[in-house]
Amino acid sequence: MYTQALNDLPTPHNLEDAEKMANFQTRIDSEDRIEANDWMPEAYRRTLVRQISQHAHSEIIGQLPEGAWITRAPSLRRKAALLAKVQDECGHGLYLYAAAETLNASREALMDQLMEGKAKYSSIFNYPTMTWADIGAIGWLVDGAAIMNQIPLCRCSYGPYARAMIRVCKEESFHQRQGFEIMMTLAKGSARQKAMAQDALNRWWWPSLMMFGPPDTDSQHSDQSTRWKIKRFSNDELRQKFVDATVPQAQFLGLTLPDPDLRQDEVTGNWMYGEIDWEEFKQVIAGNGPCNQDRLASRRKAHEEGAWVREAAAAYAARQASRHAA
Amino acid sequence: MNKTLKATPPVQLWEVFIRSRSGLAHKHVGSLHAEDAELALQAARNLFTRRGEGLSIWVVPSHLIVASDPSEKGMLFEPALSKAYRHPTFYNVPEEVGHM
Repeated sequence: MYTQALNDLPTPHNLEDAEKMANFQTRIDSEDRIEANDWMPEAYRRTLVRQISQHAHSEIIGQLPEGAWITRAPSLRRKAALLAKVQDECGHGLYLYAAAETLNASREALMDQLMEGKAKYSSIFNYPTMTWADIGAIGWLVDGAAIMNQIPLCRCSYGPYARAMIRVCKEESFHQRQGFEIMMTLAKGSARQKAMAQDALNRWWWPSLMMFGPPDTDSQHSDQSTRWKIKRFSNDELRQKFVDATVPQAQFLGLTLPDPDLRQDEVTGNWMYGEIDWEEFKQVIAGNGPCNQDRLASRRKAHEEGAWVREAAAAYAARQASRHAA
Repeated sequence: MNKTLKATPPVQLWEVFIRSRSGLAHKHVGSLHAEDAELALQAARNLFTRRGEGLSIWVVPSHLIVASDPSEKGMLFEPALSKAYRHPTFYNVPEEVGHM
Protein backbone atom coordinates (compact mmCIF):
# COMPACT_ATOMS: atom_id res chain seq x y z
CA MET A 1 0.00 0.00 0.00
CA TYR A 2 1.79 3.16 1.11
CA THR A 3 4.71 0.85 1.63
CA GLN A 4 4.67 -1.24 -1.49
CA ALA A 5 8.44 -1.37 -1.92
CA LEU A 6 8.66 -3.39 1.26
CA ASN A 7 8.44 -6.29 -1.07
CA ASP A 8 12.05 -5.58 -2.13
CA LEU A 9 13.46 -5.95 1.38
CA PRO A 10 16.95 -7.39 1.69
CA THR A 11 17.10 -10.73 3.43
CA PRO A 12 17.67 -10.20 7.15
CA HIS A 13 20.95 -11.51 8.59
CA ASN A 14 20.69 -13.73 11.57
CA LEU A 15 23.69 -12.62 13.56
CA GLU A 16 21.94 -11.63 16.71
CA ASP A 17 21.79 -13.34 20.00
CA ALA A 18 19.37 -16.24 19.61
CA GLU A 19 18.05 -15.88 23.13
CA LYS A 20 17.23 -12.19 22.66
CA MET A 21 15.53 -13.06 19.39
CA ALA A 22 13.46 -15.73 21.09
CA ASN A 23 12.43 -13.37 23.91
CA PHE A 24 11.54 -10.74 21.36
CA GLN A 25 9.32 -13.15 19.44
CA THR A 26 7.66 -14.24 22.69
CA ARG A 27 6.78 -10.63 23.43
CA ILE A 28 5.37 -10.21 19.93
CA ASP A 29 3.37 -13.45 20.19
CA SER A 30 1.82 -12.36 23.48
CA GLU A 31 0.67 -9.11 21.81
CA ASP A 32 3.08 -7.03 23.89
CA ARG A 33 4.03 -3.73 22.23
CA ILE A 34 7.64 -2.96 21.43
CA GLU A 35 8.73 0.54 22.45
CA ALA A 36 11.47 2.81 21.15
CA ASN A 37 14.27 1.89 23.53
CA ASP A 38 13.50 -1.82 23.79
CA TRP A 39 15.86 -4.35 22.28
CA MET A 40 14.80 -5.35 18.79
CA PRO A 41 16.37 -7.32 15.94
CA GLU A 42 18.16 -5.07 13.45
CA ALA A 43 15.97 -6.42 10.65
CA TYR A 44 12.83 -5.45 12.59
CA ARG A 45 14.18 -1.92 13.00
CA ARG A 46 15.16 -1.71 9.33
CA THR A 47 11.82 -3.05 8.16
CA LEU A 48 9.98 -0.50 10.26
CA VAL A 49 12.14 2.45 9.24
CA ARG A 50 11.57 1.52 5.63
CA GLN A 51 7.84 0.99 6.00
CA ILE A 52 7.19 4.04 8.19
CA SER A 53 9.31 6.37 6.07
CA GLN A 54 7.64 5.19 2.85
CA HIS A 55 4.33 5.78 4.51
CA ALA A 56 5.43 9.28 5.58
CA HIS A 57 6.74 10.10 2.09
CA SER A 58 3.41 8.96 0.65
CA GLU A 59 1.53 11.37 2.88
CA ILE A 60 3.82 14.24 1.92
CA ILE A 61 3.80 13.51 -1.83
CA GLY A 62 0.08 12.77 -1.54
CA GLN A 63 -0.50 16.46 -0.86
CA LEU A 64 0.56 17.36 -4.38
CA PRO A 65 -2.11 15.85 -6.66
CA GLU A 66 -4.89 17.24 -4.45
CA GLY A 67 -3.17 20.49 -3.59
CA ALA A 68 -3.29 21.29 -7.30
CA TRP A 69 -7.08 21.70 -7.01
CA ILE A 70 -7.30 23.90 -3.91
CA THR A 71 -7.40 27.10 -5.97
CA ARG A 72 -9.86 25.58 -8.43
CA ALA A 73 -12.37 24.01 -6.02
CA PRO A 74 -15.91 24.75 -7.22
CA SER A 75 -17.14 26.37 -3.99
CA LEU A 76 -15.85 27.83 -0.76
CA ARG A 77 -17.20 24.79 1.12
CA ARG A 78 -15.26 22.41 -1.11
CA LYS A 79 -12.17 24.58 -0.93
CA ALA A 80 -12.17 24.73 2.87
CA ALA A 81 -12.62 20.96 3.08
CA LEU A 82 -9.85 20.23 0.57
CA LEU A 83 -7.49 22.63 2.28
CA ALA A 84 -8.18 20.92 5.62
CA LYS A 85 -7.65 17.51 4.05
CA VAL A 86 -4.32 18.45 2.49
CA GLN A 87 -3.23 19.98 5.80
CA ASP A 88 -4.12 16.67 7.47
CA GLU A 89 -1.92 14.77 4.99
CA CYS A 90 0.97 17.00 5.97
CA GLY A 91 0.26 16.32 9.64
CA HIS A 92 0.11 12.58 8.97
CA GLY A 93 3.48 12.76 7.27
CA LEU A 94 4.90 14.50 10.33
CA TYR A 95 3.43 11.97 12.81
CA LEU A 96 5.00 9.23 10.72
CA TYR A 97 8.43 10.83 10.40
CA ALA A 98 8.37 11.24 14.18
CA ALA A 99 7.56 7.54 14.57
CA ALA A 100 10.48 6.67 12.27
CA GLU A 101 12.75 8.91 14.34
CA THR A 102 12.10 6.81 17.43
CA LEU A 103 14.05 4.11 15.54
CA ASN A 104 17.10 6.37 15.20
CA ALA A 105 16.37 7.56 11.68
CA SER A 106 16.52 11.33 11.25
CA ARG A 107 13.67 13.14 9.56
CA GLU A 108 16.04 15.39 7.65
CA ALA A 109 17.94 12.40 6.26
CA LEU A 110 14.71 10.63 5.30
CA MET A 111 13.41 13.72 3.51
CA ASP A 112 16.71 14.14 1.70
CA GLN A 113 16.48 10.52 0.49
CA LEU A 114 13.03 11.24 -0.88
CA MET A 115 14.19 14.33 -2.71
CA GLU A 116 17.20 12.53 -4.13
CA GLY A 117 14.86 9.93 -5.59
CA LYS A 118 16.32 7.21 -3.35
CA ALA A 119 13.14 6.52 -1.37
CA LYS A 120 9.87 5.00 -2.47
CA TYR A 121 6.34 6.19 -1.88
CA SER A 122 2.93 4.89 -2.91
CA SER A 123 2.52 4.40 -6.66
CA ILE A 124 -0.92 6.04 -6.56
CA PHE A 125 0.43 9.58 -6.24
CA ASN A 126 2.18 9.37 -9.58
CA TYR A 127 -1.11 9.68 -11.47
CA PRO A 128 -2.38 13.10 -12.55
CA THR A 129 -5.49 14.86 -11.20
CA MET A 130 -7.05 16.04 -14.43
CA THR A 131 -10.54 17.12 -13.37
CA TRP A 132 -12.37 18.13 -10.20
CA ALA A 133 -13.95 14.66 -10.15
CA ASP A 134 -10.47 13.24 -9.52
CA ILE A 135 -10.56 14.91 -6.10
CA GLY A 136 -13.78 13.03 -5.38
CA ALA A 137 -12.33 9.75 -6.66
CA ILE A 138 -9.15 10.17 -4.60
CA GLY A 139 -11.05 10.82 -1.38
CA TRP A 140 -13.43 7.95 -1.97
CA LEU A 141 -11.07 5.32 -3.40
CA VAL A 142 -7.51 6.27 -2.43
CA ASP A 143 -8.37 7.30 1.11
CA GLY A 144 -10.76 4.36 1.31
CA ALA A 145 -7.93 2.00 0.40
CA ALA A 146 -5.60 3.79 2.80
CA ILE A 147 -8.04 3.35 5.68
CA MET A 148 -8.41 -0.35 4.85
CA ASN A 149 -4.66 -0.70 5.18
CA GLN A 150 -4.18 1.59 8.15
CA ILE A 151 -6.80 0.23 10.51
CA PRO A 152 -4.89 -3.03 11.11
CA LEU A 153 -1.69 -0.96 11.52
CA CYS A 154 -3.26 0.57 14.65
CA ARG A 155 -2.47 -2.84 16.22
CA CYS A 156 1.05 -3.05 14.81
CA SER A 157 3.58 -4.49 17.27
CA TYR A 158 5.65 -1.29 17.28
CA GLY A 159 4.04 1.13 19.75
CA PRO A 160 5.01 4.51 18.25
CA TYR A 161 3.83 3.45 14.76
CA ALA A 162 0.56 2.03 16.12
CA ARG A 163 -0.11 5.24 18.06
CA ALA A 164 0.57 7.40 15.01
CA MET A 165 -1.83 5.22 13.02
CA ILE A 166 -4.58 5.69 15.59
CA ARG A 167 -4.34 9.46 15.18
CA VAL A 168 -4.21 9.15 11.39
CA CYS A 169 -7.25 6.86 11.21
CA LYS A 170 -9.29 9.17 13.41
CA GLU A 171 -8.65 12.01 10.97
CA GLU A 172 -8.86 10.01 7.78
CA SER A 173 -12.54 9.10 7.78
CA PHE A 174 -13.50 12.68 6.99
CA HIS A 175 -11.30 12.42 3.90
CA GLN A 176 -13.16 9.48 2.47
CA ARG A 177 -16.57 10.93 3.23
CA GLN A 178 -15.78 14.28 1.62
CA GLY A 179 -14.58 12.41 -1.49
CA PHE A 180 -17.70 10.29 -1.66
CA GLU A 181 -19.85 13.39 -1.27
CA ILE A 182 -18.10 15.01 -4.25
CA MET A 183 -18.71 11.87 -6.33
CA MET A 184 -22.34 11.73 -5.20
CA THR A 185 -22.94 15.36 -6.15
CA LEU A 186 -21.43 14.82 -9.61
CA ALA A 187 -23.15 11.46 -10.16
CA LYS A 188 -26.54 13.00 -9.38
CA GLY A 189 -25.79 16.12 -11.42
CA SER A 190 -26.01 16.87 -15.14
CA ALA A 191 -25.06 14.29 -17.78
CA ARG A 192 -21.67 16.00 -18.18
CA GLN A 193 -21.04 15.96 -14.45
CA LYS A 194 -21.93 12.28 -14.25
CA ALA A 195 -19.64 11.56 -17.21
CA MET A 196 -16.85 13.39 -15.40
CA ALA A 197 -17.36 11.25 -12.30
CA GLN A 198 -17.37 8.08 -14.41
CA ASP A 199 -14.19 9.14 -16.18
CA ALA A 200 -12.43 9.75 -12.86
CA LEU A 201 -13.56 6.35 -11.57
CA ASN A 202 -12.29 4.70 -14.77
CA ARG A 203 -8.85 6.18 -14.29
CA TRP A 204 -8.51 5.70 -10.48
CA TRP A 205 -10.03 2.26 -9.99
CA TRP A 206 -7.12 0.06 -11.08
CA PRO A 207 -4.37 2.21 -9.56
CA SER A 208 -6.35 2.08 -6.28
CA LEU A 209 -6.31 -1.73 -6.35
CA MET A 210 -2.55 -1.62 -6.96
CA MET A 211 -2.11 0.39 -3.75
CA PHE A 212 -2.31 -2.85 -1.76
CA GLY A 213 0.88 -4.07 -3.40
CA PRO A 214 1.73 -7.18 -5.42
CA PRO A 215 -0.34 -10.36 -5.13
CA ASP A 216 0.47 -12.63 -2.19
CA THR A 217 2.15 -15.14 -4.49
CA ASP A 218 4.83 -12.52 -5.36
CA SER A 219 5.21 -10.88 -1.99
CA GLN A 220 8.02 -12.88 -0.41
CA HIS A 221 8.73 -10.59 2.53
CA SER A 222 5.24 -10.48 3.96
CA ASP A 223 5.86 -13.61 6.01
CA GLN A 224 8.44 -12.02 8.28
CA SER A 225 6.35 -8.87 8.70
CA THR A 226 3.40 -11.08 9.61
CA ARG A 227 5.43 -13.00 12.19
CA TRP A 228 6.50 -9.70 13.69
CA LYS A 229 2.89 -8.50 13.66
CA ILE A 230 3.75 -5.44 11.66
CA LYS A 231 1.41 -6.72 9.00
CA ARG A 232 -1.86 -8.32 10.08
CA PHE A 233 -3.48 -9.06 6.73
CA SER A 234 -1.99 -10.02 3.38
CA ASN A 235 -2.08 -7.71 0.35
CA ASP A 236 -4.76 -9.81 -1.34
CA GLU A 237 -6.90 -10.03 1.80
CA LEU A 238 -6.92 -6.25 2.17
CA ARG A 239 -7.54 -5.75 -1.55
CA GLN A 240 -10.55 -8.10 -1.39
CA LYS A 241 -11.97 -6.27 1.64
CA PHE A 242 -11.63 -3.01 -0.24
CA VAL A 243 -13.34 -4.31 -3.37
CA ASP A 244 -16.16 -5.83 -1.34
CA ALA A 245 -16.72 -2.54 0.48
CA THR A 246 -16.49 -0.39 -2.64
CA VAL A 247 -18.64 -2.24 -5.19
CA PRO A 248 -21.95 -1.45 -3.43
CA GLN A 249 -20.87 2.19 -3.05
CA ALA A 250 -20.28 2.44 -6.81
CA GLN A 251 -23.68 0.86 -7.39
CA PHE A 252 -25.23 3.45 -5.10
CA LEU A 253 -23.61 6.20 -7.15
CA GLY A 254 -24.96 4.65 -10.35
CA LEU A 255 -21.41 4.45 -11.72
CA THR A 256 -19.80 1.46 -13.44
CA LEU A 257 -16.52 -0.02 -12.26
CA PRO A 258 -14.22 -0.38 -15.27
CA ASP A 259 -13.85 -4.15 -14.95
CA PRO A 260 -15.84 -6.39 -17.32
CA ASP A 261 -14.83 -9.46 -15.27
CA LEU A 262 -16.23 -8.15 -11.99
CA ARG A 263 -18.77 -10.62 -10.56
CA GLN A 264 -20.01 -11.67 -7.16
CA ASP A 265 -19.04 -15.13 -5.97
CA GLU A 266 -22.27 -16.90 -5.07
CA VAL A 267 -20.72 -18.91 -2.27
CA THR A 268 -18.47 -16.39 -0.50
CA GLY A 269 -20.31 -13.21 -1.52
CA ASN A 270 -16.94 -11.69 -2.42
CA TRP A 271 -16.63 -9.55 -5.52
CA MET A 272 -14.16 -11.21 -7.87
CA TYR A 273 -12.18 -8.72 -9.93
CA GLY A 274 -10.31 -9.08 -13.21
CA GLU A 275 -6.58 -9.23 -13.87
CA ILE A 276 -4.57 -6.29 -12.50
CA ASP A 277 -1.93 -4.86 -14.85
CA TRP A 278 1.13 -5.58 -12.71
CA GLU A 279 3.46 -4.38 -15.42
CA GLU A 280 1.98 -0.90 -15.08
CA PHE A 281 2.45 -1.13 -11.31
CA LYS A 282 6.11 -2.12 -11.69
CA GLN A 283 6.73 0.75 -14.08
CA VAL A 284 5.15 3.33 -11.77
CA ILE A 285 7.08 2.02 -8.74
CA ALA A 286 10.28 2.08 -10.79
CA GLY A 287 9.82 5.81 -11.45
CA ASN A 288 8.19 5.63 -14.87
CA GLY A 289 4.62 6.62 -13.96
CA PRO A 290 2.96 9.64 -15.55
CA CYS A 291 3.96 12.07 -12.77
CA ASN A 292 6.99 10.63 -10.91
CA GLN A 293 9.41 13.27 -12.16
CA ASP A 294 6.96 16.05 -11.61
CA ARG A 295 6.18 15.02 -8.02
CA LEU A 296 9.83 14.94 -6.99
CA ALA A 297 10.52 18.21 -8.78
CA SER A 298 7.63 19.88 -6.91
CA ARG A 299 8.82 18.48 -3.60
CA ARG A 300 12.38 19.73 -4.21
CA LYS A 301 11.18 23.14 -5.32
CA ALA A 302 9.06 23.54 -2.18
CA HIS A 303 12.02 22.46 -0.03
CA GLU A 304 14.42 24.85 -1.75
CA GLU A 305 11.98 27.73 -1.61
CA GLY A 306 11.48 27.12 2.09
CA ALA A 307 15.21 27.16 2.83
CA TRP A 308 15.21 30.85 3.81
CA VAL A 309 12.49 30.22 6.38
CA ARG A 310 14.48 27.41 8.00
CA GLU A 311 17.63 29.53 7.93
CA ALA A 312 15.89 32.56 9.42
CA ALA A 313 14.36 30.47 12.21
CA ALA A 314 17.76 28.93 12.99
CA ALA A 315 19.49 32.34 12.99
CA TYR A 316 16.82 33.85 15.25
CA ALA A 317 17.01 30.92 17.67
CA ALA A 318 20.82 31.17 17.76
CA ARG A 319 20.68 34.89 18.48
CA GLN A 320 18.09 34.51 21.21
CA ALA A 321 20.22 31.78 22.78
CA SER A 322 23.38 33.91 22.71
CA ARG A 323 21.52 36.88 24.26
CA HIS A 324 20.24 34.58 26.94
CA ALA A 325 23.77 33.39 27.66
CA ALA A 326 25.19 36.94 27.81
CA MET B 1 16.70 12.37 -10.41
CA ASN B 2 20.23 11.89 -9.08
CA LYS B 3 20.94 15.53 -8.46
CA THR B 4 22.75 15.60 -5.13
CA LEU B 5 21.29 18.00 -2.64
CA LYS B 6 22.96 19.66 0.27
CA ALA B 7 21.99 17.69 3.37
CA THR B 8 19.20 19.41 5.26
CA PRO B 9 20.56 20.55 8.64
CA PRO B 10 18.94 18.91 11.66
CA VAL B 11 16.41 20.89 13.67
CA GLN B 12 15.87 20.49 17.41
CA LEU B 13 13.37 17.80 18.48
CA TRP B 14 10.62 18.55 21.02
CA GLU B 15 8.16 16.36 22.90
CA VAL B 16 4.59 17.62 23.04
CA PHE B 17 2.15 17.20 25.95
CA ILE B 18 -1.49 18.24 25.79
CA ARG B 19 -4.15 18.76 28.43
CA SER B 20 -7.27 17.63 26.63
CA ARG B 21 -9.65 19.27 29.10
CA SER B 22 -9.64 20.99 32.45
CA GLY B 23 -9.09 18.61 35.32
CA LEU B 24 -6.92 16.22 33.34
CA ALA B 25 -3.13 15.98 33.32
CA HIS B 26 -1.03 16.84 30.28
CA LYS B 27 -0.41 13.71 28.24
CA HIS B 28 2.34 12.94 25.74
CA VAL B 29 0.97 13.13 22.19
CA GLY B 30 4.06 13.04 20.00
CA SER B 31 7.07 15.01 18.92
CA LEU B 32 8.05 17.63 16.37
CA HIS B 33 10.96 19.69 15.11
CA ALA B 34 11.33 23.41 15.78
CA GLU B 35 14.17 25.87 16.22
CA ASP B 36 12.86 27.45 19.42
CA ALA B 37 10.15 27.12 22.04
CA GLU B 38 7.83 29.65 20.45
CA LEU B 39 7.90 27.90 17.08
CA ALA B 40 7.54 24.55 18.82
CA LEU B 41 4.35 25.75 20.54
CA GLN B 42 2.95 27.06 17.26
CA ALA B 43 3.77 23.86 15.43
CA ALA B 44 2.27 21.79 18.23
CA ARG B 45 -0.92 23.80 18.00
CA ASN B 46 -1.10 23.27 14.23
CA LEU B 47 -0.13 19.64 14.34
CA PHE B 48 -1.93 18.27 17.36
CA THR B 49 -4.98 20.46 18.04
CA ARG B 50 -6.75 20.82 14.69
CA ARG B 51 -9.93 19.25 16.06
CA GLY B 52 -10.25 20.61 19.56
CA GLU B 53 -7.91 18.07 21.14
CA GLY B 54 -6.62 20.36 23.82
CA LEU B 55 -6.73 23.41 26.05
CA SER B 56 -3.09 23.61 27.03
CA ILE B 57 0.21 22.57 25.46
CA TRP B 58 3.63 21.85 26.96
CA VAL B 59 6.68 21.46 24.76
CA VAL B 60 9.94 20.10 26.15
CA PRO B 61 13.25 19.68 24.27
CA SER B 62 13.53 15.90 23.82
CA HIS B 63 17.14 15.78 24.99
CA LEU B 64 16.12 17.14 28.40
CA ILE B 65 13.93 14.14 29.13
CA VAL B 66 15.64 11.57 31.29
CA ALA B 67 14.24 8.08 30.85
CA SER B 68 14.71 4.86 32.76
CA ASP B 69 16.67 2.16 30.98
CA PRO B 70 14.34 -0.49 29.50
CA SER B 71 16.93 -3.19 30.23
CA GLU B 72 16.60 -2.35 33.93
CA LYS B 73 12.85 -2.82 33.83
CA GLY B 74 13.05 -5.94 35.96
CA MET B 75 15.28 -4.47 38.64
CA LEU B 76 13.28 -1.25 38.82
CA PHE B 77 9.73 -2.44 38.69
CA GLU B 78 9.59 -6.13 39.58
CA PRO B 79 9.88 -5.64 43.37
CA ALA B 80 6.55 -3.83 43.37
CA LEU B 81 4.84 -7.01 42.20
CA SER B 82 6.17 -9.11 45.07
CA LYS B 83 4.89 -6.70 47.73
CA ALA B 84 1.27 -7.71 47.81
CA TYR B 85 0.94 -6.21 51.31
CA ARG B 86 1.01 -2.76 49.72
CA HIS B 87 -2.45 -3.45 48.31
CA PRO B 88 -5.73 -3.28 50.24
CA THR B 89 -6.83 -6.69 49.02
CA PHE B 90 -3.95 -8.27 51.01
CA TYR B 91 -5.86 -7.68 54.26
CA ASN B 92 -8.88 -9.66 55.34
CA VAL B 93 -11.70 -7.64 56.81
CA PRO B 94 -14.82 -9.65 57.82
CA GLU B 95 -17.84 -8.92 55.69
CA GLU B 96 -19.94 -7.79 58.64
CA VAL B 97 -17.57 -4.85 59.13
CA GLY B 98 -18.90 -3.47 55.87
CA HIS B 99 -17.15 -1.33 53.32
CA MET B 100 -13.68 -0.20 54.28
